[in-house]
Amino acid sequence: MPVFDQQETRKPPISQIGAVLWLKTNLFSSWINSVLTLASLYLLYILIPPLLNWMVFDASFSFGTVNFFGFEIKFSEEMATNDNCGRVGACWPYIYEKLYMYTYGFYPRTETWRPNIVFGLTALLFVIVPLVKNYKYKNRVTLSLIILYPLISYVLIAGGFGILTPVDTDQWGGLLLTLIIASVGIIVSFPIGVLLALGRQSNLKVIKLFSTLFIEFIRAVPLITILFMASFVLPLFLESGNYFDKLLRALIGIALFQAAYFAEVVRGGLQAIPRGQYEAADAIGLSYLQKNVLIILPQALKISIPNIVGSSISLFKDTTLVLIIGLFDMLAMVNLTSNDPYWLGREPEGFVFVTMVMWAILYTMSRYSRKLELRFNTENKN
Amino acid sequence: MKKLILDSIGKSQHRGLNFRDLLYNNEARAFFFQVVTFILVVGLFYTAIGNLFHNIEERGINTGFTFLKNRAGFDILPFLGNYLVDYTPESSNFSVFYVGLINTLVVAFIGIILSTLIGLLIGIARLSNNYLVAKLAGGYIELFRNIPILLQILFWYNLFINIFPHPKQSFAFFDIMFLNQRGLYLPKPIPEDGFMVVVLALLVGLIASYFVKKFYKKKHELTGVHTSTWPFSIAFIIGLPIIVFLVLGSPLQFDISVLGKFNLKGGMNVVPEFLALTFALSVYTATYIAEAIRSGIEAVDKGQKEAAAAIGLTPTQSLKLIILPQALRVAIPPTINQYLNLTKNSSLATAIGYPELMSAFGGTVLNQVGQAVEILAMAMLVYLVISLFISILLNYVNKKMAIQGR
Repeated sequence: MPVFDQQETRKPPISQIGAVLWLKTNLFSSWINSVLTLASLYLLYILIPPLLNWMVFDASFSFGTVNFFGFEIKFSEEMATNDNCGRVGACWPYIYEKLYMYTYGFYPRTETWRPNIVFGLTALLFVIVPLVKNYKYKNRVTLSLIILYPLISYVLIAGGFGILTPVDTDQWGGLLLTLIIASVGIIVSFPIGVLLALGRQSNLKVIKLFSTLFIEFIRAVPLITILFMASFVLPLFLESGNYFDKLLRALIGIALFQAAYFAEVVRGGLQAIPRGQYEAADAIGLSYLQKNVLIILPQALKISIPNIVGSSISLFKDTTLVLIIGLFDMLAMVNLTSNDPYWLGREPEGFVFVTMVMWAILYTMSRYSRKLELRFNTENKN
Repeated sequence: MKKLILDSIGKSQHRGLNFRDLLYNNEARAFFFQVVTFILVVGLFYTAIGNLFHNIEERGINTGFTFLKNRAGFDILPFLGNYLVDYTPESSNFSVFYVGLINTLVVAFIGIILSTLIGLLIGIARLSNNYLVAKLAGGYIELFRNIPILLQILFWYNLFINIFPHPKQSFAFFDIMFLNQRGLYLPKPIPEDGFMVVVLALLVGLIASYFVKKFYKKKHELTGVHTSTWPFSIAFIIGLPIIVFLVLGSPLQFDISVLGKFNLKGGMNVVPEFLALTFALSVYTATYIAEAIRSGIEAVDKGQKEAAAAIGLTPTQSLKLIILPQALRVAIPPTINQYLNLTKNSSLATAIGYPELMSAFGGTVLNQVGQAVEILAMAMLVYLVISLFISILLNYVNKKMAIQGR
């Protein structure tokens, strides 16, 4: 009697499942793709191992004994010198030795707690603002923070006022200076940028003309010419004609430069607001100020937030240019510290270190901007 | 009712203009604000320029543009600008300006070509269905666009002069090209009599191939018969000059660099400053161009490709006639903007001493002469003209590419 003999289900061929399938569809789908894959692998092979060797395997990590928040960590008997570090791999003890310079510049070592508090405050700011998001008085809190934070930071870093030892701006440097220039640049240039954007969109011909001229002129020339203008010519425009503080001059230049770019970003937002919003605001009898502050700007700024962050990223990158007019930001520290006779010729380590720090900050910012863009991009939502 | 309204209008006209009416009159307000702004801005300029003249006089700084005629008195890193202008320290400050301008344009030109090539490659690779290639391209973009351009320029320059070998141990490519810490040594072309004829032949070839293309395009439109024009183009653009070149007996010699005692002699030296600057600018700008190209291709609706396939176009035809024209419309404007950015960023050469406009003229001459106002104004004017030129180009392209509404 024939009995139905159930056979075991055959497994799919190995080429149709798991890793093999993935490899086949993603890397070896055609002969061109196979060639490309092999070429890419070869590219990685010639780039990655030498880099890793230089950065890790051949590098020196003889920091001596490191005090890490009170814990004594012993890396080696004593700290490496420039000579016994060798030239095959990176000499990280140089970075460790110069870490202070890279972070604070020439800031007096006894006063380091002051910039540290400012760093802490900055971090706190990023924690507080999202926390009060649902609080009733969140606008007041945010506004007072925006006014208080720069004031406290300035008092702490610059000193004076009879409380703290004054620290001259010449002594500010490193990452501290980079962050100061970037944040002051953004905070000061933003309101100017909004005003310029409103001016350019205004019906008043004269105001429109001046705003447009300013924006287009600034955007047409490189930042370096503006910085040169600010540092050589700006003092001559003033009655005293004195060359006042170098950092302040650079900041004025950067703020004016950035304002033009912010203005264009905000203008993009203003143009995206439907005409009906303007007309409705006019129809219910709002004044120009009320119309813009209550109706137009909140919507326009919201639309332009991703681009504002994008423009701030550019500003952060541009802060490195101040080294050309003789300010010692983080990048300038590379040449300065490797001119130290004790650590001659350690520019590669310096550049790689600064690159890593800058890249980490900029990459975080750009991820954030992309996240915002996705959040505000309601156009293609289904 | 009508009478009432007319009466009230009449009444208000009788009252004439009083202050209250003026205060709430839009036109009067607009006029007032514009006058105030005008007075403020002009006043600011007037005071600033007055102060400027006062301060300049007090300090004994010269004014005017006569310094341009004075002897420059310093050497410029020998590069293309110098060869074209025949620059010596005895030349005038104006030749420094000229040399700097040429060097800026050279960097911009080569940087634009290189960045476009890299950007195209990376942008297309980013969309590849090969996982590794797409990820590598993405990594390239994330890495290089998030490092400040000045840092990249300084890094490559430093790498060049510290890591690359001494002239004695140059990397040699077929004993024609050499690469060492003093730069790249290329064979120097020396045109002889009659080389101009070859250049002329190339021009004639270009014009001829253009007309051939036009002719066959018209034929295609009239009759639908398609003719490939590329064999004609090759024959005219490459074949014709080669034939003329050979007929005239090769009127072009090459001066190849030879290893001397300490350095390479002869040939054309491309200085490391130029190489580092151009390389860094191209690599950095390419990330933006790649993104522009990617977004351009992604902006083309999927339906377009499907429709092209449905009416029987081959993949090549669909790419050439359907996808690319639409992708380029989105990709070209931001790319042109990046060209402007690249040109502006070339001013960062100041940091490594490549003698372009802001380094040679805005830097060295400014330090020697001290007339910051005139010198910076001239430099800014150059960038203004360049950016004006690029925005005219952009407008032209936008107009040409605009969707033709019916």
